[in-house]
Amino acid sequence: MSSAERHAAESERELQAARCRYVLRLGDTALVLGQRLGEWVGHAPALEEDLGLANLALDLVGQARLLLTYAGELEGRGRDEDDLAFLRDAPEFMNLALAEQPNGDFAVTIVRQWLIDTWQLQVYRALAASTDTRLAAIAAKALKETLYHHRFSSGWLARLGDGTAESHERAQRALEELWRFTAEFFAPDEVDERVHAAGIAPELPGLAAPWSAQVDADLAAATLRRPAVASYSWHGKRGVHTEHLGHLLAAMQHLQRTYPGLRW
Amino acid sequence: MYTQALDTHGKEPLPAGEGGAVAQRFQARVDADEKIEPKDWMPDAYRQTLIRQISQHAHSEIVGMLPEGNWITRAPTLRRKAVLIAKVQDEGGHGMYLYSAAETLGVARAELFEQLLSGAAKYSSIFNYPTLTWADIGAIGWLVDGAAIMNQIPICRCSYGPYARAMVRICKEESFHQRQGFEIMLTLARGSAAQRAMAQDALNRWWWPSIMMFGPSDADSKHTAQSMRWKIKRFSNDELRQKFIDITVPQAFFLGLAIPDRELHWNESTQHYDIGAIDWAEFHAVLKGNGPCNRERLEARRGAYESGRWVREAAAAHAAKERARTASTGGSTAQTGRT
Ligand SMILES: [Fe+2]
Ligand SMILES: [Fe+2]
Repeated sequence: MSSAERHAAESERELQAARCRYVLRLGDTALVLGQRLGEWVGHAPALEEDLGLANLALDLVGQARLLLTYAGELEGRGRDEDDLAFLRDAPEFMNLALAEQPNGDFAVTIVRQWLIDTWQLQVYRALAASTDTRLAAIAAKALKETLYHHRFSSGWLARLGDGTAESHERAQRALEELWRFTAEFFAPDEVDERVHAAGIAPELPGLAAPWSAQVDADLAAATLRRPAVASYSWHGKRGVHTEHLGHLLAAMQHLQRTYPGLRW
Repeated sequence: MYTQALDTHGKEPLPAGEGGAVAQRFQARVDADEKIEPKDWMPDAYRQTLIRQISQHAHSEIVGMLPEGNWITRAPTLRRKAVLIAKVQDEGGHGMYLYSAAETLGVARAELFEQLLSGAAKYSSIFNYPTLTWADIGAIGWLVDGAAIMNQIPICRCSYGPYARAMVRICKEESFHQRQGFEIMLTLARGSAAQRAMAQDALNRWWWPSIMMFGPSDADSKHTAQSMRWKIKRFSNDELRQKFIDITVPQAFFLGLAIPDRELHWNESTQHYDIGAIDWAEFHAVLKGNGPCNRERLEARRGAYESGRWVREAAAAHAAKERARTASTGGSTAQTGRT
């Protein structure tokens, strides 16, 4: 093998690793958010919202299954969706840190959902045109679901923001609390750059402007103020998480960890 | 889930003597298997019986979301997690159809809900038992949804149209739940020793409460005769219970699990399984509010209701603002709110 060939093979391996990691990030974000929403089922403010939140949870777990299955294949070590979901520890999870934030009150849940919905809308829309046809197909399906999720979350954002004084105050507080986690959304690292260069994924900073426009329109409808620019960014997608993820995983992974290697 | 004959000591409803000719016409329609619809005349006792039964059924569906919801975050695989979320969501949907069916009788869902939260309304006793291991999710699907189907299939032919139609849809989903539950049990029964023990333990805890889901024995069930005349009920509690036992015992054999009843045996002369004595003291204790989880279940419902109050108020305030905006702008741009 010539040095040029060796270089090309090395470069291809790196691309595959970046592609795998990128897909994991999408899958983990969907999984962790779906897991959080699952905590609500049976405890929502009204029966309609129980069903609505369960619907979102179901869609997100479904997206996670497709994405984690694909990530496992890209990794090539024989790990399936359940190996990836149940047998990795927190630093190996690549979800956006926002997704793992606790449910809080209904306003926190809605603001968290709405922020991720608006982010996923941009990402999935762009990915539907990916050169990676498998990822494009998953994104196209997920985009349809996300359009519905965004209708749900932006609808509630407007009801809370433009509802009573109490609900407005709670929604604004949730927004102030969670806004700092959005700094991670469009800050590219070497993985993002690599997959963008290969035509697999969109250029992240390029999504910031349309996202911002959507966010401003939704906030205006909800009579809420956009918080100041976040000064610190968590790096969940690089495995640097808040303290909450470990607890979420402890519950989620409990059976697989207690009884290793069984079929369920 | 899940209707249950709960009223052990209620008053026998008045016979449908009221109204004379119109009452006779009503009974004749019922006898001819015609459906009674919301706008039709009906005896007040018929209406009250239906409101009570349908609302108890609706409450059971939504309280039933709690013990199973308890395992959503801990389901052992992503497929199981998705199936469980969908199941619990179905149960909430059943609650919605049933509240809607009750509303056709002239009672508001909010009022029924208040009755649940105040403890005045009953719901199926089965949901006052805890879900302690993953196998309980299998056992509930297999036994509790299985018992629900047995109870509810005859209600698909109930004389009251809206209830019968809701039940057709619900029964389809319940039988899906039953199969999924059985499949969880089968996977555990064919798994490791620890999994088999988990499955057996779940059967040990859920068997008798499932048997009790059919309500008091016929001798103690005051409503049966009138409900049968009205075709709200088609089989007695004991008949349904026996059907359930006869179908379920062979399934337990197939799973290789033991039914926790030493007196259980096949009776050649009746061609049915005979079971040991049911602990009715436990049944009545659970109905009175003294089961293992009665407090937790009601607290969870009340907690959700109380902490959701500001959310419901916000939705109402927002809707009022939207209506006002629609009125002032002629309605064309109200959909998007203020922008
Ligand atoms: Fe149900
Ligand atoms: Fe069910």
